[in-house]
Amino acid sequence: MSKTFLLDGCPVPFEDGQSVLSAARKAGHYIPHLCWYKDFPPHGSCKLCVVKIGDRHVSACATPAREGLEAQSDIAEILDTRRELLAMLFTEGNHFCPSCETSGNCQLQALAYDLQLLAPIHNRFFPDRPVDASHPDILLDFNRCIFCELCVRASRDVDGKDIFALSERGVNKRLVVNAESGRLGDTKISLSDLAANICPVGVILHKRQGFAVPIGERIYDVTPISQLDLADEEQSE
Amino acid sequence: MSQLARTCAITDLDQAVDDALARHGADPTRLLQILIAAQERLDWLSPRAITRVAERLGLSRARVEGVVGFYSFLYSRPVGRYRVLFANNIVEEMQGAPALMRRLCERLWIEPGKVSEDGLVSADATSCIGMGDQGPSALVNGLTVTGLDEKRIDALSELIREQISLDSWPGEFFAVADNIRRRDILLSDQLTPGEALRHAVAQGAEALLAQVKTANLRGRGGAGFATAQKWTLCKQAQAPEGGGRVVVCNADEGEPGTFKDRVLLTRFADHVFEGMTLAALAIGANKGFLYLRGEYRYLRSRLEETLARRRKDGLLGPAILGLQGFDFDIEIHLGAGAYICGEETALIESLEGKRGTPRIRPPFPVTHGYLGQPTSVNNVETLALVTLIAARGGEWFAKIGTPLSTGTKLLSVSGDCAAPGVYEFPFGVEIAEVLDACGAKDAQAAQLGGAAGMTLAPHEFNRRVAFEDAPTAGALMVFDSSRDMFAVARNFVHFFAHESCGFCTPCRVGTALLRDCLDKLQQGHGSALDLVEIERLDRMLQTTSHCGLGQAAANPILDGLRNFRAAYDARLRAREFQPAFNLDAALARARQLTGRDDASAHFSQGRS
Repeated sequence: MSKTFLLDGCPVPFEDGQSVLSAARKAGHYIPHLCWYKDFPPHGSCKLCVVKIGDRHVSACATPAREGLEAQSDIAEILDTRRELLAMLFTEGNHFCPSCETSGNCQLQALAYDLQLLAPIHNRFFPDRPVDASHPDILLDFNRCIFCELCVRASRDVDGKDIFALSERGVNKRLVVNAESGRLGDTKISLSDLAANICPVGVILHKRQGFAVPIGERIYDVTPISQLDLADEEQSE
Repeated sequence: MSQLARTCAITDLDQAVDDALARHGADPTRLLQILIAAQERLDWLSPRAITRVAERLGLSRARVEGVVGFYSFLYSRPVGRYRVLFANNIVEEMQGAPALMRRLCERLWIEPGKVSEDGLVSADATSCIGMGDQGPSALVNGLTVTGLDEKRIDALSELIREQISLDSWPGEFFAVADNIRRRDILLSDQLTPGEALRHAVAQGAEALLAQVKTANLRGRGGAGFATAQKWTLCKQAQAPEGGGRVVVCNADEGEPGTFKDRVLLTRFADHVFEGMTLAALAIGANKGFLYLRGEYRYLRSRLEETLARRRKDGLLGPAILGLQGFDFDIEIHLGAGAYICGEETALIESLEGKRGTPRIRPPFPVTHGYLGQPTSVNNVETLALVTLIAARGGEWFAKIGTPLSTGTKLLSVSGDCAAPGVYEFPFGVEIAEVLDACGAKDAQAAQLGGAAGMTLAPHEFNRRVAFEDAPTAGALMVFDSSRDMFAVARNFVHFFAHESCGFCTPCRVGTALLRDCLDKLQQGHGSALDLVEIERLDRMLQTTSHCGLGQAAANPILDGLRNFRAAYDARLRAREFQPAFNLDAALARARQLTGRDDASAHFSQGRS
């Protein structure tokens, strides 16, 4: 008999060492996430995977599953919280979906549609974040960075190149690259690196591939992110 | 610059970096210490210096740049040869710190936050430097200057203008008073160094742990976790291959308004170090760190001397007091201006030379701490009390205070009172009694536990300092009836926005949004809707933040709205929505361009 916990009243089987999020996903329950990635240890910074356990809000990706645990995910309070978190991410960066090459392929945008966040809640910060076009194949548009650190971790732990890191702190936090000049063109990144292909938003763009698929026919234009995430889980089994 | 001069400068830079690396054995886990040491010689860490450090340590340059960027006292841009940082905690602001900074800037013809054109001087603000009882205060090139007034500011600007070396500045500028106002078991203790340790070694580690358990000692950092339980968990945890267990003394006393650890480290350093050694005996640790906040850098040499004496006396090092296998030593690590490093997992990250980002828990430090080794992180005051308990026994200690909060608590009292300073009271003391003792007349509020704590109104002054009633790490700021409690909350919210590490979304963005909201109210554009927004942000911060910083960031406003609502209402311009800017003023440029200034070129009062 495998152990189970309850997610919104449904029993979810799990093995020791699994998190609430990964066990739920395996059992066909979608919990939204941005900084979580199936092959990496949990990071727990975006907080989109927040669920309610008892009277506490916790990150499902960083909470070990245990027998008898009761987690609530699809309830108004948690959905409101996730909408607010998304609104915060839209507020702190410069996100102009209609002109963004990643529109339709962007997880931030897809989650906003999924959670019905259709208008901004707060005043935008409009930070000044110049783009870096120095690399022949890759463009960095920092305006859209949500600080999930997926590129940082992919480059460090998979590509073994340490191309990216975060500097400063608080709302001034920013992505930096591994070069004294501060320019991506002076790093050893290449198009085939996982780091060059893992950005959930539109920061790390491949040059000369603009709008190859028309808007309206892109990944999340066609299928909601919740379905795709679960399909991805099934595939990886 | 001539070619020769440029080459010389580069050689000097390389040499400074290499010396710093050599001092720390080119160990990547000591990155923060290396950067601090290099900057002491270079004033700032240029791109080239960062590259060299990274290369020599075999680290990615981006990672080193990330660490430099994280800490307020590491500079990746040129700074003045004289750097004056005024403490901006609310008590010192109310005592006139901003006006003193303006005065200095006027005297030296500089703008706050900018380096003078000749590269001589810069002035800026910094978070509380632990001198709330003798402010306004500032750090000049990292050294503490207290008791600032107009006269001292004028003298200071003269010394800077004449480029007098800090070594030749009047000694009284750097005098830091202890201001011990009430002594109880700890502050009146006169144990000789080693006395408690000898006793514990004779009784054995198990007996020591039992005494701490009997004493029911709880952590003085604020959370109140049982020390004996923490030690037991740490002792039981399996140390990794080739590693041991670690004792860390958290001397990153960053909570605005607190300074009692500074006094303990000044007057009772032996108690603290002995407490660490006792902890090591109890849990079987072989390595100890004192994580000293960068603001207390001036204490370092004295603390090093104390450590050297203790080594000489056989109280540190191999086979302490002749006990075979009891090998333990303590190393001082400096912080560099990051409040978040007071959070124990962020502190451990910082000890490992990284950005001070709080870790995911579990695992907890007691099982996976410094470099994956079981680690006990304890507050300065907790460790000093351990020394007392080891010498005098747990039962004696447990009789003091309340049953759930045994012993005494050091309180750092500052603000509107006759005698600011450190007060040691048995747990259970009423706030009113503390206010009476410090000569606080006419207090409208007592801020207990610093910015992250609680704002108590007079009807709550009967609450008791205790884990079961009003828990605190020890800061008590007094505000009399002349003070604006909105300004207090706004100061704290700015503090949290400045100190947020930025790891998690709710704290990174939420503290900034909250800051902007209060600024909007401050500027007279507030409406009732803004209070709704504030409450929503407060709830987000409390429920979803990754660590205590974000969770506590809303406290000042929640308490403010509960107890001092009038101060907020006074700032609301309307019950309805108000934009964050003045529409009519925004049209000034358009009016100028079109040459119009008639009534319909203005927004009327009702429509604006």
